[in-house]
Amino acid sequence: MSGSSIDEFVDREYQWGFVTDIESDVIPPGLSEDIIRLISSKKDEPEWLLEWRLKAYRGWLKMTEPHWAHVHYDPIDYNDMIYYAAPKTVKPLGSLDEVDPKLLETYEKLGIPLAEQKRLTGVAVDAIFDSVSVATTYKETLAKEGVTFCSFSEAVKEHPEIVRKYLGSVVPHSDNFFAALNAAVFSDGSFVFIPKGVRCPMELSTYFRINAANTGQFERTLIIAEEGASVSYLEGCTAPMRDENQLHAAVVELIALDDATIKYSTVQNWYSGDENGVGGVYNFVTKRGKCAGVNSRITWTQVETGSAITWKYPSVILQGDNSVGEFYSVAVVNRYQQADTGTKMIHIGKNTRSTIISKGISAGHGNNSYRGLVKVLPKAEGARNYTQCDSMLIGNECGAHTFPYIDIQNDTTSMEHEASTRKIGEDQIFYCKQRGMTTEDAISLIVNGFAKEVFQYLPMEFAVEAQNLLGITLEGSVG
Amino acid sequence: MLEITNLHAGAEGVEILKGINLTVNAGEVHAIMGPNGSGKSTLAQVLAGREDYQVTEGTVRYEGKDLLEMEPEERALAGLFMAFQYPVEIPGVTNAYFLRVAYNALRKSRGLEEVDPLDFMDLIDEKLKTVEWSADILERQVNAGMSGGEKKRNEILQMAVLEPKLAVLDETDSGLDIDALKIVAQGVNNMRRPDNALLVITHYQRLLNYIVPDYVHVLVDGRIVKSGGKELALELEAQGYEWVQEAGAAS
Ligand SMILES: Nc1ncnc2c1ncn2[C@@H]1O[C@H](COP(=O)(O)OP(=O)(O)O)[C@@H](O)[C@H]1O
Ligand SMILES: [Mg+2]
Repeated sequence: MSGSSIDEFVDREYQWGFVTDIESDVIPPGLSEDIIRLISSKKDEPEWLLEWRLKAYRGWLKMTEPHWAHVHYDPIDYNDMIYYAAPKTVKPLGSLDEVDPKLLETYEKLGIPLAEQKRLTGVAVDAIFDSVSVATTYKETLAKEGVTFCSFSEAVKEHPEIVRKYLGSVVPHSDNFFAALNAAVFSDGSFVFIPKGVRCPMELSTYFRINAANTGQFERTLIIAEEGASVSYLEGCTAPMRDENQLHAAVVELIALDDATIKYSTVQNWYSGDENGVGGVYNFVTKRGKCAGVNSRITWTQVETGSAITWKYPSVILQGDNSVGEFYSVAVVNRYQQADTGTKMIHIGKNTRSTIISKGISAGHGNNSYRGLVKVLPKAEGARNYTQCDSMLIGNECGAHTFPYIDIQNDTTSMEHEASTRKIGEDQIFYCKQRGMTTEDAISLIVNGFAKEVFQYLPMEFAVEAQNLLGITLEGSVG
Repeated sequence: MLEITNLHAGAEGVEILKGINLTVNAGEVHAIMGPNGSGKSTLAQVLAGREDYQVTEGTVRYEGKDLLEMEPEERALAGLFMAFQYPVEIPGVTNAYFLRVAYNALRKSRGLEEVDPLDFMDLIDEKLKTVEWSADILERQVNAGMSGGEKKRNEILQMAVLEPKLAVLDETDSGLDIDALKIVAQGVNNMRRPDNALLVITHYQRLLNYIVPDYVHVLVDGRIVKSGGKELALELEAQGYEWVQEAGAAS
């Protein structure tokens, strides 16, 4: 196969790289207690939350940035960054009709129409633009079912007791450097509360958009499913093409009580930098779910195609007996992208089960690492884990690595681990071409076949989008 | 349809084909026989456009065009099909999807609308009959997890869907038991038309009992050393390749 056609494939233009020209309320760069107070006051927050932020900040000051991941980047100057930017026109708790048309247009361009008559059927969307939520669709419909789906800021005002109870209960502000930073400066995010016995009637989704320059996005998502409740939630993300790197340090906390199910899917498509590796988003994210109740289930599905650097390990604490944790991941790197991603499954309860399926695809000069921990505590009788890590290499300049860590403290545990690495075959590409396909279509087809096992766990509405993101035209059918 | 003139080709600096001359007209079936390593697959791959092989001399004209100038997919879309001696596995991709993508690529190249999965199912039903297969095979992965015989039969299913003008079958008979061989041969025969042609590469004469060739060529060490009618295959079977090798050396 000719190298050039493969390069063309991996070098396709980033279509989401435009900038919305909108007036923003931007605070000065830098990080200090004053900045945190400013953010908190802009959001009109209660005292307890400000205190929580300040505690996190003071803890953060004593921490050092971790460097154990298999990624490389120039030092980040945390005092040169802007921690809050919001479109001026956003009114707190405004209704959809009051949303600036420019913002509606932006989301429409991104394929996420928010306006009443155009919005996606069966999917409720919370649209987050830089530091604030600009709109949430289907709020009323959901409220009738007892489901709360709103921005984090709104939740702090409307449901302070729930937020206070669960905030930091899975990812404490002292958890790690980036989680502490997030706790100090987080500006918005999504909040989901599914009360006892309710199955959320539609897909919930948050669309994150970084627009302002030199600004970090620090959002916080909190999802609680009470006894017997279930919900499927999806996040998508894009950013303009900019030469400087932008930091996205999010925290996601999931809590599933007895018999509850949370399915959390991510289609991550932040700007990944140009063909020389200049610019792109640093995606340093802490995501963790707690299967607090018996028979609960948390499923993470992620398709990571963007970002200059991705550093995230969506994890599950399997506390309730018989609880289930799942992690299904497709991570694609090309150009100079780096990804160090995987999961942690912490088995605490009896008969807890976890499944990990990771598909890493490396092209260009990309570097892809799977890093995963399976930990079984002494009381976790009968715990089971299945792990499968597959890597596919496209071209000769890319890398794939796996770092599986296992810590078993109970001898009734059953573990199964499979791993494979393969190069995309020239013979496969030639075979497809002999059947009339272009190199591009051939690679799409082969890569899609490789990743298919994971795609099947995405909500229907987004499986196709994910496949398209891999450069795959499936024409509406999962083959 | 196909006109090969003084074709020299090799790989990694070693010459494998040493001056092939061959003309195939519409409606004809040509068989190429030869011992292992004589260059049969190399010829097929060069015709299909595999980049591992370098053409150092000679020309190949296909339907009036310079075949060697065309990309592999252009050749395929122009009606050149090769059934691989070793069909390639594509894990995770179903036969149904693969066939539809290939079929739609062909339609697109002809300015026709692509067919959706439902319409394609109607079409494929007919094609499955050609190789006496049930629809279960469509949900299997492309060649992955298939037996040797199934893979060969799958090649012929693809051929049935793509309806090529010129099909090059590279040892499609190897790995087939006699029943499967008959089915495959029957399928290929049913696809014969006055406006298409076949180049059947085989090591053994067996297949040629079922797909009866108009011409038989014997390839030895990169050269066609003998050509004749279908009886040549029988002679070869009886006397072995040494016979033509000697004849080739003598001529
Ligand atoms: N890609 C290649 N690189 C180097 N040598 C090759 C390659 N393909 C074939 N050959 C050599 O060319 C000769 C002919 O091979 P092949 O065309 O496969 O023969 P046949 O199909 O008649 O058995 C053999 O000696 C083989 O080792
Ligand atoms: Mg051969």
